[in-house]
Amino acid sequence: MSSEYLVEVKDLKQYFPVSTGFMKKTWLKAVDGVSFAIKPGETLGLVGESGCGKTTVGRTLLRLYEPTGGEVLFNGEPVTDRNITQLRKGMQMVFQDPYSSLDPRMTVEDIIGEPLDVHKLYKTRAERRDKILHLMELVGLNAEHATRYAHEFSGGQRQRIGIARALAVDPKFIVCDEPVSALDVSIQAQVVNMFEDLQDKLGVAYLFIAHDLLIVRHISDRIAVMYLGKIVEIADADELNDHPQHPYTISLLSAVPIPDPKITRQRKRIVLEGDVPSPMNMPSGCAFRSRCRYATEKCAQECPKLEDRGNGHFVACWNK
Amino acid sequence: MNNEQNEFKKNPLGVQIDLSKFELATEEEKAQQEVMSESTTFFKDGMKKLMKNPLAVFSIIMLCIIILAAVVGPAVIPYEYSEMISVNGRRDKTAKNLAPFEWSKNEQKVIDGGEKLFPHILGTDEQCRDYLVRVLYGTRVSLFVGFFAALLVLIIGLLYGSISGYMGGRVDLIMMRIVDIIYSLPDTLMVILLSVVLKSTLAPAIEGTQLAKLGVNMISLFIVFGLLYWVGMARLIRGQILSIKENEYVLAAQATGAKSGWIIRKHIIPNCLSVIFISTALQIPSAIFTESFLSFIGLGVQAPMPSLGSLANAAREGMQSYPHKLVIPAIVICLLVLSFNLLGDGLRDAFDPKLRR
Repeated sequence: MSSEYLVEVKDLKQYFPVSTGFMKKTWLKAVDGVSFAIKPGETLGLVGESGCGKTTVGRTLLRLYEPTGGEVLFNGEPVTDRNITQLRKGMQMVFQDPYSSLDPRMTVEDIIGEPLDVHKLYKTRAERRDKILHLMELVGLNAEHATRYAHEFSGGQRQRIGIARALAVDPKFIVCDEPVSALDVSIQAQVVNMFEDLQDKLGVAYLFIAHDLLIVRHISDRIAVMYLGKIVEIADADELNDHPQHPYTISLLSAVPIPDPKITRQRKRIVLEGDVPSPMNMPSGCAFRSRCRYATEKCAQECPKLEDRGNGHFVACWNK
Repeated sequence: MNNEQNEFKKNPLGVQIDLSKFELATEEEKAQQEVMSESTTFFKDGMKKLMKNPLAVFSIIMLCIIILAAVVGPAVIPYEYSEMISVNGRRDKTAKNLAPFEWSKNEQKVIDGGEKLFPHILGTDEQCRDYLVRVLYGTRVSLFVGFFAALLVLIIGLLYGSISGYMGGRVDLIMMRIVDIIYSLPDTLMVILLSVVLKSTLAPAIEGTQLAKLGVNMISLFIVFGLLYWVGMARLIRGQILSIKENEYVLAAQATGAKSGWIIRKHIIPNCLSVIFISTALQIPSAIFTESFLSFIGLGVQAPMPSLGSLANAAREGMQSYPHKLVIPAIVICLLVLSFNLLGDGLRDAFDPKLRR
């Protein structure tokens, strides 16, 4: 069974139990019914403010957490506990913090070689070394770095090591969990461009999680906007940028800095009022209603679903 | 390029830099810039730091001297720790409470007769036994107790702590409450009670075996260490594993498809190894100290086997006449405990990843 999509996520839910007092438990709805699909070689950007569940989507997708509900299809095949080890060869992850995601006791060679060791993807030591050196070259590291330890590298180089590790099993899909937000701005561009080069060379698909809209706009084919565990808008990158429809997306885009003082002076920034509601105590109906200037009676009663507004542009809002 | 620079008219008052004063770096010079610091392993780096710490080096030298003396000493000196001095096959009752380097009357006669005898470097005790041999033997016993108690604590604490830390959740909760209960028991009282109870039950059971030589008190000491003192180690290791488990590299290993066994072997154990070594090094002096203290109050090793604590206790009675007999074992205890503590501190400073730049 195969389909047009490489990865399909259907109504994914991830609730975490939080104890609120003695013997009492409430559920923190980190991800609440998220659906999207990614074609082979495509990049889907996932944006949203801190704590809206972006990282959780990425991790649940790879079964690092057991999902509370929903389904993930990889190559048309449902991901379950039984076949996950096998499927991990096709799906990998690049982590946010290049400092804690590399084991300080391992050499670069062993870090990159770990997926090869786990899946036994080589026959001889020489073959292993060749593969590792090839991967290092791919991400722009020198062969002489192989015997060094992670703490001897800068943030950008460490992130390259993390990317090489993700590429070791030759995956078709990589979840990039804010891979550049811990890096210097000058290094960010290098790493983002490297992601694009790798996509051209290897044809991998990305789920690119970030909170920097500029970077996401640069790298993504399509962009999904998340708010409090739900996707509120999903569209092609240019379409979303030029015609944002959800009030949350509009305010996000108005906050993106533009390196031109003239334009910046003219445009109006939409400042959202209030704070993000706690995901443990969400407003009824539409989650964004408490901060939305267009909120109506209907928003309080029912949660809007993602609906197609043409051009592959999906919006979850009652207002049109 | 060069021509252009020369054609450029220079204002004598300008701050324009004269480019002709600069030259391109040669390939060799470029290569020099690229050289990174020499790659070091974690262990090498730590040892280098340790060797730079004067207190740690001092304690290592001190420990080497003490351990060498305790191991080699009794073999070199021709007296036994339980042997009363005898001259020509007969017990020498005059060799009682001799001062350092003093000979008894009988021995003096033999020496006058032209024979050579080994000197009593630290004199003898009230039962005519060579004191240096007893101190060296006592050091050996103390070191033995220290190492084995620390090993016992390490094994139990490591197993308990790592299970509790890795499983987490409810298992962790229950296991840690048990630790809390054990932690609240007064250990000295437990040693006294246990050695009283064990004396009656254990003594007939071990009679005639190798264990009998060790003495019931010593065995109960080990049992107490095994029962009570591991809790600190277990807590420490649990905490370590809990924090290592949260690191993203563990998650990354999971994402590559690694199983629990692989993660424990490749990531968790190597990363808490230094903490384990350091706390074991710090456990040894505490065990030596406890043993000395228990021997001092008469609950330690079985006579005639000496330990530093029991030697000090025995010397208490003649404290005014023979103060050196109390001072010498006390100094050895101090040096041992101090050296191990300093070494442990040095190890911690050298191997703590948080203190690395």
